[in-house]
Amino acid sequence: MGLLKRKNDVYSALIEGAEGVAYTSFYHDAMRRLKKDKIAMVCLFVVAALIIIAIFAPFIAPYEEDYMDVGNELARPSSEHLLGTDEFGRDILSRIIFGSRVSLMVGVVAEAIAVFIGLVVGAIAGYYGGKVDAVLSRIIEIFASFPHILFAIVVMFVLGTGIMNVFIAIGVVGWTGLARVIRSQIMQLKQKEYVEAARASGGRNMQIIFRHLIPNCLSTIIVVATMNIPSDIMYEASLSFLGLGVQPPQASWGSMISEARKFIRQYPEYSVFPGIALIVTVLAFNLLGDALRDALDPRLKNL
Amino acid sequence: MTGSESLLSVHKLRKWFPVKSTALFGEKQYVKAVNDITLDIRRGETLGVVGESGCGKTTLGRTMIRLIEPTGGRIVFEGKDLTGLNEKQMRLMRKDLQIMFQDPYGSLNPRMTVGDIITEPYVFQKMYTKKERVEKAVELMKICGLDPVYIRRYPHEFSGGQRQRIGIARSLALRPKFLVCDEPVSALDVSIQSQIINLLMDLQQEFGLTYLFISHNLSVVYHMVDRIAVMYLGNLVELADKEELYRDTAHPYTRALLKSIPSLDFREEHRLRAALKGDIPSPINPPKGCVFHTRCESCTERCRTQTPPLREIAPRHMVACHLYEGQGKLVEQQ
Ligand SMILES: Nc1ncnc2c1ncn2[C@@H]1O[C@H](COP(=O)(O)OP(=O)(O)O)[C@@H](O)[C@H]1O
Ligand code: SF4
Ligand SMILES: [Mg+2]
Repeated sequence: MGLLKRKNDVYSALIEGAEGVAYTSFYHDAMRRLKKDKIAMVCLFVVAALIIIAIFAPFIAPYEEDYMDVGNELARPSSEHLLGTDEFGRDILSRIIFGSRVSLMVGVVAEAIAVFIGLVVGAIAGYYGGKVDAVLSRIIEIFASFPHILFAIVVMFVLGTGIMNVFIAIGVVGWTGLARVIRSQIMQLKQKEYVEAARASGGRNMQIIFRHLIPNCLSTIIVVATMNIPSDIMYEASLSFLGLGVQPPQASWGSMISEARKFIRQYPEYSVFPGIALIVTVLAFNLLGDALRDALDPRLKNL
Repeated sequence: MTGSESLLSVHKLRKWFPVKSTALFGEKQYVKAVNDITLDIRRGETLGVVGESGCGKTTLGRTMIRLIEPTGGRIVFEGKDLTGLNEKQMRLMRKDLQIMFQDPYGSLNPRMTVGDIITEPYVFQKMYTKKERVEKAVELMKICGLDPVYIRRYPHEFSGGQRQRIGIARSLALRPKFLVCDEPVSALDVSIQSQIINLLMDLQQEFGLTYLFISHNLSVVYHMVDRIAVMYLGNLVELADKEELYRDTAHPYTRALLKSIPSLDFREEHRLRAALKGDIPSPINPPKGCVFHTRCESCTERCRTQTPPLREIAPRHMVACHLYEGQGKLVEQQ
């Protein structure tokens, strides 16, 4: 089960004629639908490119993240510094390239934390119902009712600054939406007769949750997580903009925009370039999330 | 093929669902879905359960195998009291007690292949190696009339009848002794229904299965069963061999039910609604006394206050109705 095609496994070895039989899983269908979506493919390309850039940043970037070209501060774009330099003479292009690591890591790590919390809380509330659900639902409401960025700031103050703490703060803030969706989905799914059948042959609660309920929520999880990534990236940018995120000299698009603010009149390109990187990335994830939703789970449209 | 030895019996089995009450104070209310039912199923037989939709057939079938926890009463399977078993003991017991469902779509997980669906019971019961499980799945598919080359297909690639076959294969995986069939053909095309019924009958022969066959359709039941239990509003009102039930119908409700089936050669061709006066009462506040008294033509003063006990008015013919007072003997309900 899953996105990967199965190898010719134990089945074909045992059954004559099984080799040639076509079978389409739900995910194969979804991938086919997704491949037809041109916007989705462009976004997927952008995201893939971003991932490659982030991984190979040291090889792609013309300069080190913290290399200062002394005497060449706040330079205009030139052949030496394609996008110019900042007030310390650091190459802006290189810092944008290195900054992609932070943004992507936020998307992956912070969202993974959020998905983990949201999934556990949502699944337990939905599956067990009753008093357990009542308590967990209140907790979800409490977390959801704080203004996110304010809450993240509070968490950052408690944990201290630093990139790992940014991930934690954003993850701890951003799980409630998923928890709600998963809760209501599990509530519906647990009434299915295949769940009853599993129980009738001796399935335990955890086996039922992991074998039946979560796999049937998987498309929802993928869609909601992808749609959350842009806002996670924005939160990181905001926290770094406020000086609570990455610490200098490490680059993040948010901290770059924050520093560039002081020079926005004389050197607008300093803030424009990281801004473009941020917008393109956020847009790509956003549109990809929409396309995934259409391909995987159209019911989520009114989310 | 029907022995006289009891395989599974229930004694005063009860399942009351609490109703969310709107009133702050006052009595707690219940849907009495299964209300003190006593019956016994013999090894190798098929017991049909009929009754209008909502009368508690599904609840009875699921409570009988403790898929729903009973509110009261006992379930005895092969001499063992199931109600006393703890979770772990019950899990082992489930090998013998299986169920198949009405809905060919909702009963199969859309994200699992047929092979995974059929072999899942082995995972839960920790039986066989991976390879053996596949071999078993192939065998089960063949037995149920499915081509094993489709083992890696997903449920949505099959028709309704084939999906029911997959469901049957899954419920046979653990080689159960007792199988609850909850309206297994009600959702199918009429042309497919008889195929599935025939398959179930063949499997019964081959594996010596005992069935509880639930249906709201008496004509489907007739071909399939040895005995018939008639339910009304959570109560067992009549139970007899099928020929006896058709020949010497005792309970006024059964009579109305039989009248409503034109295809079985009954003179009056009224539908059930015409055969019965009034509507079916709410299961939340079922009528006091005999639950059927609001619609019964032979109703007396007594029926309104006293619940008629189950009596055996002829050998193996049980009925709960005051009209038969003094006949036969009371069914012991320990
Ligand atoms: N889980 C439940 N909670 C509350 N009421 C239920 C539940 N399951 C069934 N009921 C009620 O019990 C009665 C019997 O239902 P059911 O056993 O499904 O009848 P049937 O299978 O004969 O149509 C119905 O009134 C139904 O609304
Ligand atoms: S007990 Fe009375 S009301 Fe009930 S079925 Fe018999 S005659 Fe009718
Ligand atoms: Mg039913």
